[in-house]
Amino acid sequence: MSVPSLAFSATAMQRFETIVARYPHRQAALLPVLHLAQAEFGWISPEAMEYVGGLLDVPPVKVQHVASFYTMYNLKPVGRFHVQVCTNTSCWLTGGVEILEHLKAKLGVGNKGTTADGLFTLEEVECLASCGTAPAIQVNDLKDSEWPIRYHEGQTVASADALIDALRKRATEGGAA
Amino acid sequence: MSTGLKILTAHLEDPELHTLAGYERHGGYGALRKTLREGLTPEKVQEEVKAANLRGRGGAGFPAGIKWGFLPKNTDKPIYLCINADEGEPGTFKDRLIMERNPHALIEGCLIACHAIKAKVCYIYIRGELLKCIKHVERAIEEARAKGLIGKNILGSGLDCEIHVHPGAGAYICGEEMSLIESLEGKPGQPRNKPPFPASVGLFNCPTIVNNVETIAYVPWIIQNSGQAFADLGSEKNGGLKIWGVSGHVKRPGLWELPMGITARQLIEDYAGGMRGPKKMKGYIPGGSSCPPLLGTEIDIPLDFENMKKAGTMLGTGCLTVFEEGVCTVRFAQRIAHFYEHESCGQCTPCREGTGWLYRNIKKLEHGEQLDGGLDLLESICNRIMGNTICALGDAAAMPIQGFLRRFGDEWAAHLGAGRCPIQG
Ligand SMILES: Cc1cc2nc3c(=O)[nH]c(=O)nc-3n(C[C@H](O)[C@H](O)[C@H](O)COP(=O)(O)O)c2cc1C
Repeated sequence: MSVPSLAFSATAMQRFETIVARYPHRQAALLPVLHLAQAEFGWISPEAMEYVGGLLDVPPVKVQHVASFYTMYNLKPVGRFHVQVCTNTSCWLTGGVEILEHLKAKLGVGNKGTTADGLFTLEEVECLASCGTAPAIQVNDLKDSEWPIRYHEGQTVASADALIDALRKRATEGGAA
Repeated sequence: MSTGLKILTAHLEDPELHTLAGYERHGGYGALRKTLREGLTPEKVQEEVKAANLRGRGGAGFPAGIKWGFLPKNTDKPIYLCINADEGEPGTFKDRLIMERNPHALIEGCLIACHAIKAKVCYIYIRGELLKCIKHVERAIEEARAKGLIGKNILGSGLDCEIHVHPGAGAYICGEEMSLIESLEGKPGQPRNKPPFPASVGLFNCPTIVNNVETIAYVPWIIQNSGQAFADLGSEKNGGLKIWGVSGHVKRPGLWELPMGITARQLIEDYAGGMRGPKKMKGYIPGGSSCPPLLGTEIDIPLDFENMKKAGTMLGTGCLTVFEEGVCTVRFAQRIAHFYEHESCGQCTPCREGTGWLYRNIKKLEHGEQLDGGLDLLESICNRIMGNTICALGDAAAMPIQGFLRRFGDEWAAHLGAGRCPIQG
């Protein structure tokens, strides 16, 4: 087995210790620690699985089994902005599909596609629990350590279009929105 | 019938309600202090919750006090409380309100419930996407710990209780209680067979109670005001208030805290502002996509667990999804069927294969194709899933389709061989 080439920063390591202490068994920390790994490394690569498995005494194959079961872990690199459009019941009734189709055309990608500049990954997702403020879009920003996930609710085709422009601007100007 | 009383949403106008100072300003942690000061025994707390007719708000409506009574009386194992904050049932958006705006009500409820079931550790399993909820609940825990409300020897009472947030990672199935437990153990969320029920063998193979956020958040009020007082607020066998949601084609979608047994008409007309436009209401799903839909004319049935069952559906989470005339129910059901295919954990063949089979055939029907055996084919797929799986996700996928067939059968039949969708083209 190769020596994993990545490691948590000191801050992440501190956070890791806090998380592990919450459970009577180390494996129980796997979900939160995978979130931590994704925040640190951007995605859950095979090396990240090996690293996390080593930290928690869980064989990498088990880590992979878990990481691949849950939709929030990216097993492939994604764009800086992971734009996730809900098209389930209430969003379906109020225009979520139209928003998704518009963004596909605007970004020139299909479902789960990433733009050539690596800025955006677009994905159709299931209910985000935003039904009262439908339609909803979840945007993950890999560079936003404070709010890596934000909800944008009560969207229209026009506001979703403007949202993409604002994100692009944020990327070119640097800093958070 | 509504007295105008509010419990969990009483002080939402206070922008600081989510902080400890804000919560305490409105009497927060009074029920915990009372429990400790008056030395209310676990048995006494359980009695009050039983008397309250507090039905589980996660969808199944099981009486909370009775569930707690299933724990073994004498065990040398630790007992765990798990809070189900996975809120993933399509159409449901109520637990978010509690966690974002009034998280200390949940924390106080957890502390009292832990005392009642003799648990020393509680995990709050929050859907990973709900970052704001995670942050607000984590902050509430930190504040409460700093004040001696969580941890060892709470307020000098000798009681110990720890509360931790556990983030989910994107899987509807993890809202199912056994799957939630597996997920908490760091495994894929694949449900375990029942029995044994979690009350005997749950988290880390120890006795465990799983309750929904809203269920537990009502416990402090019950302890402050008595179980009977809570029961009196609702309808028969359905105690208290509840956070109701209305979304879809209404003018003002939203959440309102009102008594159990209110009607859809009241919710939609008096609170949600009626329909959004000139089109009439075609139907609604009472409590999340697993519940069979009702017609737009069936809006005077009291919304409680028994009456919804009598009407052939379920109360579920009490978040209504309203749709207007012009919506093709086959196309709507196709979207719902797609959800269940996507979310089936793959463990049981009838669900893994059946949900996909259902989706593909409903899609064919929506395109106006013929189905082998007509609509009976869909009915027979549903029947082959129902009751043949480890958890209720299979039933949850089949029941709405059966419901659509029952309520909108003519519209579905009109699709057969029509060459296109006769409703939306
Ligand atoms: C597929 C499936 C998904 C579920 N999702 C949730 C959920 O997101 N939140 C919830 O509280 N209960 C959910 N439940 C119900 C739980 O299994 C369980 O009944 C509930 O958490 C018990 O708490 P309560 O008695 O307080 O309602 C789900 C059940 C199934 C079968």
